[in-house]
Amino acid sequence: MDAMAIVSIFVLAVFVGFEVVSKVSSTLHTPLMSGANAIHGVILVGAIIVCSHSETTLELILSVLAIVLATINMIGGFVVTDRMLEMFKGNKKGADK
Amino acid sequence: MSRALYDLIGLAAGVCFILALKGLSHPKTARRGNLIGAVGATVATLVVFAYKAPLHNLGWILGAMAVGALIGVPAARKVQMTQMPQLVALFNGVGGGAAALVAIVEYQALGADATTAEVIFTVFTVVVGCVSFSGSVITFLKLQELMTTRPVVFPGGRFVIAATLAAVLGVSGWVVVALGTTPLLVLAALSLLFGILFVLPVGGADVPIVISLLNAFTGLTVAASGYVLNSTLLIIAGTLVGASGTILTRLMAEAMGRSLFGTLFGAFTAKPQDTSAAGEERPVRSGSPDDVAILLNYARRVVIVPGFGLAVAQAQHTVRELADLMISKSIDVAYGIHPVAGRMPGHMNVLLAEANVPYDQLAEMDEVNPTFGQTDVAIVIGANDVVNPAAQTTPGCPIYGMPILEVSNAANVIFLKRSMRPGFAGIENELLYDPKTMLLFGDAKASLTKVVSALKAL
Repeated sequence: MDAMAIVSIFVLAVFVGFEVVSKVSSTLHTPLMSGANAIHGVILVGAIIVCSHSETTLELILSVLAIVLATINMIGGFVVTDRMLEMFKGNKKGADK
Repeated sequence: MSRALYDLIGLAAGVCFILALKGLSHPKTARRGNLIGAVGATVATLVVFAYKAPLHNLGWILGAMAVGALIGVPAARKVQMTQMPQLVALFNGVGGGAAALVAIVEYQALGADATTAEVIFTVFTVVVGCVSFSGSVITFLKLQELMTTRPVVFPGGRFVIAATLAAVLGVSGWVVVALGTTPLLVLAALSLLFGILFVLPVGGADVPIVISLLNAFTGLTVAASGYVLNSTLLIIAGTLVGASGTILTRLMAEAMGRSLFGTLFGAFTAKPQDTSAAGEERPVRSGSPDDVAILLNYARRVVIVPGFGLAVAQAQHTVRELADLMISKSIDVAYGIHPVAGRMPGHMNVLLAEANVPYDQLAEMDEVNPTFGQTDVAIVIGANDVVNPAAQTTPGCPIYGMPILEVSNAANVIFLKRSMRPGFAGIENELLYDPKTMLLFGDAKASLTKVVSALKAL
């Protein structure tokens, strides 16, 4: 991929990231942090890619460890966020701040 | 699978993440937003298997994912809601660690073929990923109270940190110029050390801000590894988290009345706190559950200010029982929720929602503060720092400038406390010695149960 395309993606993603969370109520700060945290667990994709071309034992050990950590981050993150948000159900009245 | 299709599916996953963050910003759509994010992440993971098929080391990959799931899911399921902030910190830390490991392995694989840009991004990922990992571990230890929650400052601390940072930068340069695995591993070790030193001086109450900042850091490392691995998806996802995490960190810091700079470097610039006053024995007015019940019975308006102590005592259900009882006696009841009540912004809302407290009884700080003048009784349960007038009156104290719930404007203040021990930020609360304050010592749940039965008897 050429550098210009990458810079464009990066800059646009920065603005989208700023925009989507700019008006969030403090009630949702914790779940939002936790949800964003789960999203960066997608580094799992990178961990799988590097593991698949690991040649040496050291590379294999490190990349397997990376997969374990990334899976914890991703799956655990989504599950704990869902548990948090589950508790807001049924209390929708006045919730739209 | 063709590269174009793979990229398209990756783009779709990226859109899922945008929708997820958007959804998470509104209470009504939050849960759905999180599910959309999970779907995006699942699709992104599955499609790699299809695109790269046949994968080498497939057994290892699946085994490692199984192990990760077996650790992550039970941890997320079983964690008590009071301990959730530290779990989020840990999940964030392992994500940073994973990004650093990916960068190290990819660097090994690229060897001499790596371009300068790739090496620079690798260095960035290793440094920030390691800082995020070790920093998160320290925040976990602080929140779990496995170590002191106070700022840890040692003589010459700031020079040690500056020297470590200089070493990190120096070795980064060394990696870029000389190439090789050894410098990269030295860099990883130094970065881990820097992460520890960077978080140690942060005071307990500011830890959530640091978690949020480290979360944004991890996002950026994921974006940087996306560059090295040539993955648009990782660049989009990582950048989104980095950008939204930065905004979120700033919003949190604002809610606490802190500047980000002050949070991170406050322990170095502020003078050591004068704690001599804490040693003095001063008279306080303590009451019995019956005294509290009588006070409540004749009140017209009561504001309940819940704090982390309430959650620790698992008293959310009992407090709701008390509120229901008061409402049945036609007393006007509201919960005054400080933005950072609990251990993280919005944490208290989650804890009370768990006890089925109706959302419309929860009043945010700006709503409830003007009403304290017409409030007969403010009951502060297991909270301290968020009602401490020192935040307004004592320049130089660690929470100075943080907006507080102005319970001192209420006609009576009742504190339910286990002891005279100061709050998480470790600051003495003058309000405890105020003549209109009554203290009810004991476990919050036991005390509340007694108050409920005394109030029923009246």
